[in-house]
Amino acid sequence: MALDDLYRDVIMDHYKRPRNQGAASDANIVVEGVNPLCGDEVKLWLTVSSDNIVTAANFEGHGCSISQASVSIMTEAITGKPVAEVGRIISEFRAMMLDGADANETLLGDGIALEGVRDFPVRIKCAVLSWNTLKLGLDEHQESSGGHIELSHTES
Amino acid sequence: MTTNRSAETTPDVASIRADFPILGTQVHDSPLVYLDNAATTQKPHHVIESLSTYYETYNANIHRGLHTLSEQATAEYESARDRIAAFINAKQSHEVIFTRGTTDAINLVARAWGDSNVASGDEIILTEIEHHSNLVPWQMLAHRRGAHLRFIPTDSEGHVDLVEYEKMLGKRTRIVAVTHMSNVLGVITPVAELIRIAHANGIPVLVDAAQSVPHMKVNVQELDADFVAFSGHKMLGPTGIGILYGKESLLNTMDPFIGGGSMIRVVELHESSWAGLPEKFEGGTPNIAGAIGLGAAVDYINQIGISNITAHEMSLTDYALQQLQDLDSVRIFGPPDTANRGGVISFAVGEIHPHDIGTLLDTDGVAVRAGHHCAQPLMRKLGVPATVRASFYLYNTTDEIDQLVASISRAKDFFDGA
Repeated sequence: MALDDLYRDVIMDHYKRPRNQGAASDANIVVEGVNPLCGDEVKLWLTVSSDNIVTAANFEGHGCSISQASVSIMTEAITGKPVAEVGRIISEFRAMMLDGADANETLLGDGIALEGVRDFPVRIKCAVLSWNTLKLGLDEHQESSGGHIELSHTES
Repeated sequence: MTTNRSAETTPDVASIRADFPILGTQVHDSPLVYLDNAATTQKPHHVIESLSTYYETYNANIHRGLHTLSEQATAEYESARDRIAAFINAKQSHEVIFTRGTTDAINLVARAWGDSNVASGDEIILTEIEHHSNLVPWQMLAHRRGAHLRFIPTDSEGHVDLVEYEKMLGKRTRIVAVTHMSNVLGVITPVAELIRIAHANGIPVLVDAAQSVPHMKVNVQELDADFVAFSGHKMLGPTGIGILYGKESLLNTMDPFIGGGSMIRVVELHESSWAGLPEKFEGGTPNIAGAIGLGAAVDYINQIGISNITAHEMSLTDYALQQLQDLDSVRIFGPPDTANRGGVISFAVGEIHPHDIGTLLDTDGVAVRAGHHCAQPLMRKLGVPATVRASFYLYNTTDEIDQLVASISRAKDFFDGA
């Protein structure tokens, strides 16, 4: 259970140089996620086009390196993808983190680097916070008529 | 334990460590360095054996069986109460109530005393540095009764403002509830002075002594405290057992908190009368093994000598403060020296999140707490989401502090090098 497996170069890179950081005023889904137990927070701004493509994903947040690297990785993995495919990416990531499944690297992109977090059970919630937050945002978007929605998710 | 130690001699840390089986454990292939004593402490053989002896040789319910085992269990349970009462210098053993822990004890007072003494518009005075266990029960009481909470201001190191405190006390003040030692900042509050001022205004005081009773001499009569709450598991005893000390005169005026068996005198179909102290507050079968284990823990502490434990922890804290202050990246919260602090040190390491530090230290076998320490209002006051906390007890060594410092340096290099 080496530290390097938890904090792989790619995770540290996303933590130190986060991608897609900052609010996006034209987003149509704004969803916040918080883990009250440890205080990790993420806020997502998602722009979903009328033909159901995630054209932009932005975030702000604070918390540990795992939670913040994970959200940065996630925004890269989903940008430009159809909502249905994003759903598959989310399922793939959750199965890898929560069920110990082997993951498809093509689908997850840098997300595969978070696999090592599984060996640190208390940190798994740090990694999945932003993904559960994203899932809530997209699920609600699908059920709504496609207008602007704001939501919040609490990790439990 | 086979060695005889006089309470007057300096403790030999190596022989103390030999009494704690868990201290030989390896974590991630490194020897365990256990520095999370403010959360819970490890248990000596003596305590662990007291539990198995009870279960293996005289397990029975107390205060009811007319058989030999029950009599022995009752005698051991009550003997534990006597020794705990002596340890905190309670005037009478029945002023010592067994509870599940500090939280349970404070809830007991907030309910059983609070509901009949606090009315709409009344005030309850706390400090800004309380653990949630000495905050949330009072919030709940205030909501039930329409009362208000007021907070004694503290400076950035956690020292309470006695001048403001005195001004806050008024004719609507019903109770003052304060921590004796902050579980985050390590700062020791001047409870004797706080009590003296409250009593001059006719106001009772509850002391949250969860972090003080295990580490320093707490003499409830000398303090003249009205209620004192503490936990067994933070003083070498089992979890699920704790103490509420209350002055007899106050406890006698209070209704029970938990209704059921053991706490009654006569039960009719529509009403009952209550047993005397302490049974009135110990409804249901209590944690018999836990009480016996806590009695054993007190015996162990007495054998080492509480003043020796305090002195050992002060020298460790002094050393740790110096070593940590020498690290440029480390920012220490709370008092910078041991003048008014116990063996609890909260700190930040550069901009690295405390949870990352906690995980990095864990991979070196160093167990610390990283989080909000059940003190979210204090975290907001400090302007941080969480801190890393190292806390010491009688079995810790300066070598372990060196390992803590080395591990922090390694974590810093790891994050800065990435």
